Parts: sequence; structure tokens; C-alpha cells
Amino acid sequence: MRSIRVIPCLDIRDGRVVKGVNFVGLRDAGDPVQLASFYGREGADELVFLDITASHEGRAPVIALAERVAEQVFIPFTVGGGIRTVDAIRDALLAGADKVSLNTAAIQHPELISEAAEKFGSQCVVVAIDAKMTCEGWHVFTHGGRRDTMMDAVEWAAEAVRLGAGEILLTSMDADGTRDGYNLLLTRAVADAVPVPVIASGGAGKASHLVDAVVEGHADAVLLAGILHDGVTTIRSLKDAMAASGVPVR
Amino acid sequence: MGNLRSVERAVAHLGFTAVVQDHLGGATRLIIPGVGAFGAAMAQLEPRVSEIRAFARDGHPLLGICLGQQLLFGASDEGARETPGLGLLAGRVRYFPADLGVKVPHVGWNSLQFRADSRFGAGFPQGGQVYFVHSLYTECEDQADVAATCEHGIEFAAAVERGNVWGAQFHPEKSGDLGLALLRNFLEFNP
Repeated sequence: MRSIRVIPCLDIRDGRVVKGVNFVGLRDAGDPVQLASFYGREGADELVFLDITASHEGRAPVIALAERVAEQVFIPFTVGGGIRTVDAIRDALLAGADKVSLNTAAIQHPELISEAAEKFGSQCVVVAIDAKMTCEGWHVFTHGGRRDTMMDAVEWAAEAVRLGAGEILLTSMDADGTRDGYNLLLTRAVADAVPVPVIASGGAGKASHLVDAVVEGHADAVLLAGILHDGVTTIRSLKDAMAASGVPVR
Repeated sequence: MGNLRSVERAVAHLGFTAVVQDHLGGATRLIIPGVGAFGAAMAQLEPRVSEIRAFARDGHPLLGICLGQQLLFGASDEGARETPGLGLLAGRVRYFPADLGVKVPHVGWNSLQFRADSRFGAGFPQGGQVYFVHSLYTECEDQADVAATCEHGIEFAAAVERGNVWGAQFHPEKSGDLGLALLRNFLEFNP
């Protein structure tokens, strides 16, 4: 039986790990390579590095970071943020990343998903969706949650997978940073709509939230940041609690 | 794709030197990594096939990783045209059947059961988990070649081992400390 993956997310800004509370009030939480290596030893199943400023500052993607991470960390990892072209995807994979996460670029140029899937395989194409509740349901937002694309989040997820996405990284902008639990309705709506794994993101505060994301939200993996970076809990203790609740973990 | 560099870095991390080259000159042991398609990979290896076969026949340690394990076999169901593999091990590479009720590709961590006398799996804790990304698996003609099994809808050869010829269907270079320990077993293996 495949294990449910527990994935620390390292939001990167200026080469350092930060975790925004609802994406404002950024706070420094350490060196990405050290932290990644620490999480790897602690039992993280994968790692995600997102350059959260890349999209609106037009900067180059986190290729250099991927190089540094790959020298020290021997578990799969994903990089995202500012990756807009097939060449950039190739560079990231050559740098040692196992997957790339596409967000704004995939919305602006959906063909990027299919080109990447065709060239490098669906398994390395993650489409990240930042969803927020609006009067018309869950919409996809870009630019750190500041711009409403008016696209329906569930429909976009299904379309991304149709184009070749191998995985959906789904963040609830409403839940993100609250530590009140994942958005289970959103997670379930997307997970039930696509045949590929969905990584639940945003709102993790304690172990029971992770269990809920899997059991009720139908997530295949859970992403966390703040509660780990702050030392509120550890991956091992979260996994022990998940296992005790019957969720298979490594 | 990035697999080649990842293997190189993992080997370096273990204190050994890996050299990426398109020939076997000076090599004492060989790792064939690989992400991609069987036919395309064999086309690339084509000029070196007899050299690789001789290398293996001479008893040098050889490890195929992921697609690299599949290339050790004679043939594959992948691709429209039948392309012969290296043929160092007897068997065929097959797709996971569609009716298993499991997701294909098989991506993620899964547990291994190594054969007790496997040199590749020496020291590996039974049920320990490693990282997989694949859609095809190798069907061994000789069950004695199966070093470790894994279950994904069906039981398949997660690792193979025949004398000096080893294969890993998973990615030891991406499987954390357990994966690195298996890679070390290969690097320190003397037939």
C-alpha cells in the first residue's frame, strides 16, 4: 500500500525560507538547504520549494537553489515560482529537481502543461492552484492571492490534468496560515474530480488536520510549513499520530 | 532526466567518485540510470551494447536504476517497435495491467521485501520504503533473479540481482538514508 506523503513546503524569498500568514507579514524561518536536509532526515517524504515572490517580481526561477538542495538532500523535491517555459522546466529538472510546480504560467499558457508532460513525463508536472472562496464558488487566484482569474478551481484542476498534469498542489488561500485545518470541502471537490494525486495545502495546525485531509478530503499528500518551521511539532510525531488513526505513512 | 545528475551526486555524497561518460573507459563499476523510454534508451546505448555485455561478463559490478533495471532484460512491451534490451537477465518488461485498480504510473514510497541472502539488500530493514516512479515492471524468467519484491496491484521485482548484475526499479538516489545505504552496498560490493 502506498503511503500518504507528508511534504514540508519551504516558501523562498531572497534565498531564505519564509512563511506568510495569509501571504502578508513574511517571517524569516531559516536556510532552505539546512532546513530541507533536516526535514529529509526527520522523515519528510518529499519537499516543495516555492519562490513566492518570483511571480510578481519577474525573477528567474529557483534553479540555483535546486542545485544546492540536490547536493544535500536525497528525497524527491519540487520547485516552483517563476517557471514559465519548457526550457526553465528542463533547467530545473537538470538541476536535480524531480518535479516542477506551475501556477501562473500554466494559467496564462496552458499548453506549457502539455508540452512539459510530453517532453518530460506527467510525473514531473505539478500544477499548483491557489483557490479562494468567492460569491461564485472557489476561484483560482494568482499573484500571491491578489488577482482573481475568475476561473473555477475544480474545473481548472480537471483541465490541467486533462492537459497532462501529474499532480495537483491545491492551496486554500482562505485556510492558509490559520492553522485551523485544511479546507476539506475544497480538497475533496478537487480530489474527487481528478484521477491524479492531490496535495492538500493551507491550514495545517495539528495531526488531526492531516488525517482529516486524507480521510475526508481524499488528499493523497499533505503540505505543511508554519507548524514545522516554528517547531510546534515534528514530522515524526505527526506521522505517528496519522498511523495511529489508520492512515498509512512511511 | 535529472536522474543522471542525482545519481552522480548521491554517489559523491557517499564518498565515491562517479564519472558521467558515454563509454566504459576506466570504469570499475557501472551504473545505468535512466528515465525515459526503453527504445530511445537502447538506441542511445546501441554503440556500447557489446562493451557493456563484456563488462558484465567479466564480472564487474553493474547496477541499472529504474529504466536502467528494465534495460538489463531482453525485451519490453513499451513502444510500438520491438527493441532488444541488453539481455543480461532473462525476462520481459511489462506494463502494469489496467484492471488492477491502482494508479499507474506507480509514483511514491512503497515497501520492499528483500531476499534474505541478497547482497544488494544487506542490512535493509524488511518493509523499509523506497521511492518509485514507473509504469512498467520487469517480469523475471528466473525467480532466483528477484532480489526484492514490492506490491502495487501485483507483486513485482523491485530489485534484481544475478551475481554482479543488479537492478533497482526504485530510485535509491531519492530514497533517503535507506536508499543511500543500498547504493553504498553496490559501491562497496566486490564480486
